[in-house]
Amino acid sequence: MSITAAPAADTALQSGAEVVLRALKDQGVDVIFGYPGGAVLPIYDALFQQNSIRHILVRHEQAAVHAAEGYARSTGKVGVVLVTSGPGATNAVTGLVDALMDSIPVVCLTGQVPTHLIGNDAFQEADTTGITRPATKHNYLVKRSEDLARVMHDAFYVAKSGRPGPVVIDLPKDILIKPAPYSEAPAPNAPHRSYRPVTQPDAARIQEAVRLLKQSQRPVIYAGGGVINSGPEASRLLREFVHLTGMPCTNTLMGLGAFPATDPQFIGMLGMHGTYEANLTMHGCDVMFNIGARFDDRITGRLDAFSPGSKKIHADIDPSSINKNVKVEVPIVGDAAAVLAAMIECWKSDPTPVAKEAQLGWWRQIDEWRKRDCLAYVQQGPIIKPQHAVKRLYEITKELGRETFISTEVGQHQMWAAQYFGFDKPNRWMTSGGLGTMGYGLPAAMGVQIAHPDALCIDIAGEASILMNIQEMGTLAQYRLPVKVFILNNEYMGMVRQWQELLHGGRYSESYSDALPDFVKLAEAFHARGLRAETSDQLDDVIREMIAHPGPVIADICVAKDENCFPMIPSGAAHNDMIMGPGQEKNAAAVTDAGKVLV
Amino acid sequence: MSGTNVRTATIAVLVENEAGVLARVIGLFSGRGYNIDSLTVAPVDEEGRLSRITIVTSGTEMVIEQIKAQLDRLVPVHRVHDLTMEGPHLTRELALIKVVGKGENRVEALRLADAFRARVVDATTESFVFEMTGNADKIDAFCGLMRPLGLKEVCRTGAVAIARGTAHMAA
Repeated sequence: MSITAAPAADTALQSGAEVVLRALKDQGVDVIFGYPGGAVLPIYDALFQQNSIRHILVRHEQAAVHAAEGYARSTGKVGVVLVTSGPGATNAVTGLVDALMDSIPVVCLTGQVPTHLIGNDAFQEADTTGITRPATKHNYLVKRSEDLARVMHDAFYVAKSGRPGPVVIDLPKDILIKPAPYSEAPAPNAPHRSYRPVTQPDAARIQEAVRLLKQSQRPVIYAGGGVINSGPEASRLLREFVHLTGMPCTNTLMGLGAFPATDPQFIGMLGMHGTYEANLTMHGCDVMFNIGARFDDRITGRLDAFSPGSKKIHADIDPSSINKNVKVEVPIVGDAAAVLAAMIECWKSDPTPVAKEAQLGWWRQIDEWRKRDCLAYVQQGPIIKPQHAVKRLYEITKELGRETFISTEVGQHQMWAAQYFGFDKPNRWMTSGGLGTMGYGLPAAMGVQIAHPDALCIDIAGEASILMNIQEMGTLAQYRLPVKVFILNNEYMGMVRQWQELLHGGRYSESYSDALPDFVKLAEAFHARGLRAETSDQLDDVIREMIAHPGPVIADICVAKDENCFPMIPSGAAHNDMIMGPGQEKNAAAVTDAGKVLV
Repeated sequence: MSGTNVRTATIAVLVENEAGVLARVIGLFSGRGYNIDSLTVAPVDEEGRLSRITIVTSGTEMVIEQIKAQLDRLVPVHRVHDLTMEGPHLTRELALIKVVGKGENRVEALRLADAFRARVVDATTESFVFEMTGNADKIDAFCGLMRPLGLKEVCRTGAVAIARGTAHMAA
């Protein structure tokens, strides 16, 4: 070890590909998700000659990124992807944007044509750094061998520091073949040249926030994915803070698990398909404490009617998220765990009296809203309600007590999963929240299963979404990954159908899932077990058999075709303007054109 | 939402002088729908490792705050300063202005150029190229005067700006 401040440089030269693998190893990487091709052959050759990094061969590059996301979200580590130039890189773009929107740390290595051919429209050339610039947190094109090791380490720092995100390193083939020097990663406390996100909150702002909350008569804590990204300590501190203050807590879609779903102070998810009590609490509160969420349009509904009477405290590690959509009174820049620790400390020492009486009254009001039982449904007769399928899946996995991870695709099934599957721990829930990527769930579950070989990993899917990355069933077979695909099959792109029903006069344009495959046979063709439940009396048996089977399973759950996902805040409406269930759809007819243009 | 009053902001950004950094800044503006009224960039330190970008933009206060926060979170960005908000500052722009004409128009053009302290940097019997430095208003005014006198071509750098006094930007 060198005792100087500068990182040790290894002047003994190895190939660029070897430098890449050595840097990965030094960054603690033990698995990468990838797909080979001409430009990355030198890395695949180096991979072949070592044993410390495991490579998982996916069937499509988009799935490699989603798998890395699943791996990252379930472990808190950086997910790593390796793809070739041109189509390898362009196929990865959807995954990169998905990771960008949901703040998932991913390092994606892309092959590139050799430096002397860049710009010549060479075979499998694409302007990868140009294409991925708005798709990543940052990207690099390595044009000099002496930059390679530094860029590798820099990419990991950028991916996981501040608000995490995807980073691309574009690697021309000659750089991978030519000898390159190696240098170790800079010391963890060495300041980066230009990127130094603020993690420690300003004490004066913390005090201001605590005083507002103590004096509040109708407070709410609104926690998002930032709490999960900050690490398990942040979730522990959130529990402590919520219990210390006695306040109601709601989670965003991305924040599910940050606060336990079974805790009495949890009022459910908020937003477009959030609970009645969560949305009315947000609407009626006088002080809102947002920790690690970003006032996304799915959360706020109509902006000028969003929580109109409240003072807002917003803690976020990304200053650009603050005052972007919603003007706040107390902005706090910092890491969620650091903010929560400071809030707890300050809450205990600050002498401001707590408005206890008023807050009890607030809870009585919230309990009134809870009595509405907004997620109630009626399961009778042989037709399986999709809500019931998710609820039984939740109850059975809970009863079995196995460590369970859930991923989803995108659509109605995703919202039902969020509503009916309770998460008591962080990092157990993987869903595409920001980008809304159909095809996310299966590869994400694959990445989770790689990281947690003994856990129960279930992709709650729709019959349309699952077909977007169905090829990954091959990856499950190859690596014997016992992922369970639980399809809520209503033979519709359900959320599209729901919007067409509510907003477009019931004209179901192209939303019927015609010519579906037989999912049982499809599973068998991919060396997996296929199961089907057609009636409600078969449901529990199929769920139990799915879980008991030691290998991958597709469970085709045939559910009610015309079920809608409620409650729902129609686009352009306010939180206190929810559609609660069937029979209330006429509210949607009042959606204005301004509301209709929203997605 | 805060007011809808639109203001102009002159923003100075100190960045790593690396490939693609300008594309990141411009992509940020186009991708998020912000305005660029003018943009200048050049390396500013001895080793050529830092570049300074001066952007003149306009928007509501909330949009300008967003622009600054978005710029600041780009990885190669060292510093972002809103010169308009931070106090007195100097703004300069260089323009090259070609006027083609004969007779009285030529004489008048030259007289006005003298009044505006524009320099003649090229001349033929039928044309002048004037060089002029100043803030954007002054150049606009001069070009306006030249239009009836045979203005044919204008080339402008866009604004560069620096704070007055001892306040300074460093990486």
